Amino acid sequence: MLKVSIYRYNPETDKAPYMRDYELDTEGKDLMVLDVLELLKAEDPTLAFRRSCREGVCGSDGMNISGRNGLACTTPLSEAAPKGKLVLRPLPGLPVIRDLVVDMEQFYEQYKKIEPYLQNDTPAPAIERLQSPEDREKLDGLYECILCACCSTACPSFWWNPDKFIGPAGLLQAYRFLADSRDEATDERLSNLDDPFSVFRCHGIQNCVNVCPKGLNPTRAIGHIRNMLLTRAV
Amino acid sequence: MVRTVTSFGRSGTFDWLYQRVTAVVLIAYTFFIVGFIFLSDDFGYESWSALFAQPWVRIFSLVALLSTVVHAWIGLWSVVTDYITNRMMGGKATVLRLIVEVLLAAVAVIYVVWGVEILWGV
Repeated sequence: MLKVSIYRYNPETDKAPYMRDYELDTEGKDLMVLDVLELLKAEDPTLAFRRSCREGVCGSDGMNISGRNGLACTTPLSEAAPKGKLVLRPLPGLPVIRDLVVDMEQFYEQYKKIEPYLQNDTPAPAIERLQSPEDREKLDGLYECILCACCSTACPSFWWNPDKFIGPAGLLQAYRFLADSRDEATDERLSNLDDPFSVFRCHGIQNCVNVCPKGLNPTRAIGHIRNMLLTRAV
Repeated sequence: MVRTVTSFGRSGTFDWLYQRVTAVVLIAYTFFIVGFIFLSDDFGYESWSALFAQPWVRIFSLVALLSTVVHAWIGLWSVVTDYITNRMMGGKATVLRLIVEVLLAAVAVIYVVWGVEILWGV
């Protein structure tokens, strides 16, 4: 029997959040954490969580799984509950709407700030803006981000200043556009990041790298942004 | 872009660079002083006052003192703006943060003036 402990909170009926214990017969199968949640929801329809693609592409089911942020759909029980005890909590630091569902507003606000779209005032060519294979290669490890928020909500700097620090997810995307050969707004983008909070609250502890379900490295991207800011300033 | 007026240089890049440069100065000064204490044969009042009688040692010491002040300001300002925030405490955080920052600034000025007096007073 698998023991599951889940953070429950319904602001309409509960005074405070609490942990509710469940038991589930997995029939010896190495289920994904999302499968466990679906089976439990069949028994207890009041349990709330987000999910969509169930294959690690949409980024809906980011949550804190046995103390580590990750996607429920791509985390197997053998990894999350090796001793038969699974603990599920919402992503840390963000306001809880209900159970495992968090309010992502602060996260998206930071993403919005970095203007996540190509900016190019040169008249568009007849077909498309071409990029050399080498320039395209620079975007590898950046464009794959699915914005699940596992990294930013694992970052203490983001916990303390979610309104001022862009956070690892936003900064990875900021570098994705700084590194793009087709983008012409590099200088404006850097000017918008050159304050003591947006980039420089990163102290390089690499919690983001540790939890990213897509294996990306926001700390390295932040290092590149810092080097670009320094090169421009000295 | 977040506007701040109490950070050391108002630019994150500037603060970051100063934090690193002052750290290098402090490492060099620490090695110099500790090395002098452990490597001199007759360490005592005579050799210590002879060391600080040299103008370059006084200037190096002053640079190290100023580096300490800058390094501490940038570091402690980060700590203060992490933990004493309006998000966590409401309006009283502004007052509390300002008090802590003024205290830090006062300590910094006192240390520098006092340090100059010690270095050039003997």
